[in-house]
Amino acid sequence: MQQNELTATEESQFTNSCAKRRGADGDRIFRWLTFLFAAAVLLILGLMIFEMTKESLPSITKFGGRFISGSNWDAVQEDFASLPFLYGSIVSSILAILLATPLSVATALFITEVAPNRIGTVAASLIELLAAIPSVIYGLWGILVMAPWLQRTIQPWLADHFGFLPFFSGAPYGVSMMAGVLILAIMIIPIITAISREVLLAVPQSQREAAVALGATKWEMIRIAVLPYGRSGILGGVILGLGRAIGETMAVTMVIGNTPQISLSLLSPAYTMPSVIANEFAEATNALHSSALMEIGLILLVVTLIINVFARLLIWKVTKGHKGGVA
Amino acid sequence: MNNAKVTLENMNVHFDSNHAVKSVSLDFMENTVTSIIGPSGCGKSTLLRSINRMHDLVPSAKVTGRILFDGMDLYDRSVDPVAIRRKIGMVFQKANPFPAMNIYDNVVAGYKLNNRMRRNESDEIVETSLKRVALWDEVKDRLKTSAMDLSGGQQQRLCIARTIAVQPEVILMDEPCSALDPIATLKIEELVEELKERFTIIIVTHNMQQAARVSDSTAFMYMGEMIENGPTKKIFTTPEHKQTEDYITGRFG
Repeated sequence: MQQNELTATEESQFTNSCAKRRGADGDRIFRWLTFLFAAAVLLILGLMIFEMTKESLPSITKFGGRFISGSNWDAVQEDFASLPFLYGSIVSSILAILLATPLSVATALFITEVAPNRIGTVAASLIELLAAIPSVIYGLWGILVMAPWLQRTIQPWLADHFGFLPFFSGAPYGVSMMAGVLILAIMIIPIITAISREVLLAVPQSQREAAVALGATKWEMIRIAVLPYGRSGILGGVILGLGRAIGETMAVTMVIGNTPQISLSLLSPAYTMPSVIANEFAEATNALHSSALMEIGLILLVVTLIINVFARLLIWKVTKGHKGGVA
Repeated sequence: MNNAKVTLENMNVHFDSNHAVKSVSLDFMENTVTSIIGPSGCGKSTLLRSINRMHDLVPSAKVTGRILFDGMDLYDRSVDPVAIRRKIGMVFQKANPFPAMNIYDNVVAGYKLNNRMRRNESDEIVETSLKRVALWDEVKDRLKTSAMDLSGGQQQRLCIARTIAVQPEVILMDEPCSALDPIATLKIEELVEELKERFTIIIVTHNMQQAARVSDSTAFMYMGEMIENGPTKKIFTTPEHKQTEDYITGRFG
């Protein structure tokens, strides 16, 4: 029997179909092209770090560790240290996150779990619109409307009633750490809300049904099924918000008061790293001054990287042993 | 004869213009297993979900007619759906344990909602519930590990344990074995057999052999209508309607 042998025609068809097809090179070209683009991103990052380090060298060699621990910033005496800016950036961002996170998650829960579909959709797109407003406009509103209002109402009241606490002592200036924190919080609410909403929408209906079928009320359902399922995703949104807050320049510069000092009081002016770079770079005529600004930029970059690595670890730790969630 | 635990009286379910369940009347007897069979899309799951008012979550769903639970109208304005669901538990088609919780917390998740409890009390609930679903021996050494590490069949039994931990009177099962392999299916079926001593069970299934094996009564639905119902033996041996006979002999569906 010849059953197992291929006839001549069949055999030629077989070899034909295995021959190299025209255009098969495309895959190889595509692979190299994408690799090139991916490598370019890393290259740019590497060059940036290299260049910033090189430019900061005069300042690094002159001030050493004192640049981070000291708090003097004097362009005339050419004595520079960055602690007030580091403090201002970190404190304003963290306070803004603490303020914005509960508001954002609550908003996202309202949109996805509580509001009727139509209202939820409208609210969601309005909030995403907020993210598109240029930061200088937030800043303008902050300095013309919010800061004077804070100075007239909230800040005197706080100073009168809670002035004995270091957080609310001193004269109300309007432009202050408090104004910076508020403007930052307002600016990051849209992004945290938008991400939380996406995450909550991705929670499977079966999880909600599981809770409801056990006799959970709406709030209990959110507490035992919806939020735990989405927690790593929400955390990711919060970290993104933090990254945005720490790098935000324009609006903060306009309302935070731009005074390089470390004060516990939320009523006093402060300064942030991006703000001092933006404010002084154009007028930094001598080499050491611009080198010091460059070193602040380097510190900002490192802080941002640390936050991102920390965030990854946190998300990884939260997601560990929990395979169903939205990462 | 037992009493009727749940009674449907001329019950209809609409989703907007779609009339999914059409004037169904049926009794579910206490401490028995009733299976609802029928081809896909015949309304059997929809019917099941009206019994614990799951349709309340779907704005377009409208349930009319009466559903009596121990003689009380479940859709009466004075009835709290949350309280109802604590009496009428539900097990879903696909096992849905809470992924962020460990095995222990999954079992007491529902119980904890209703009761403020002490530690030893919750230990006891976990042990009895898991024993009752024959999962205790398999997981007793790893109660604090994620529920997602269990196999599909174990997860489904965990979901049943979670449901009975709330101490309901009725358990609704919506094709509980459709995602399971034959051995896991067999375990769930054995479980159903034991659970009926304490609970009234209503099970929706695609699998006619399963209906024949586990249930005391069977109801056959087709295109939203209840075609025929009665003792399982009778439905499977001497059905009165042609459609029932065609379905159980595999001529359609």
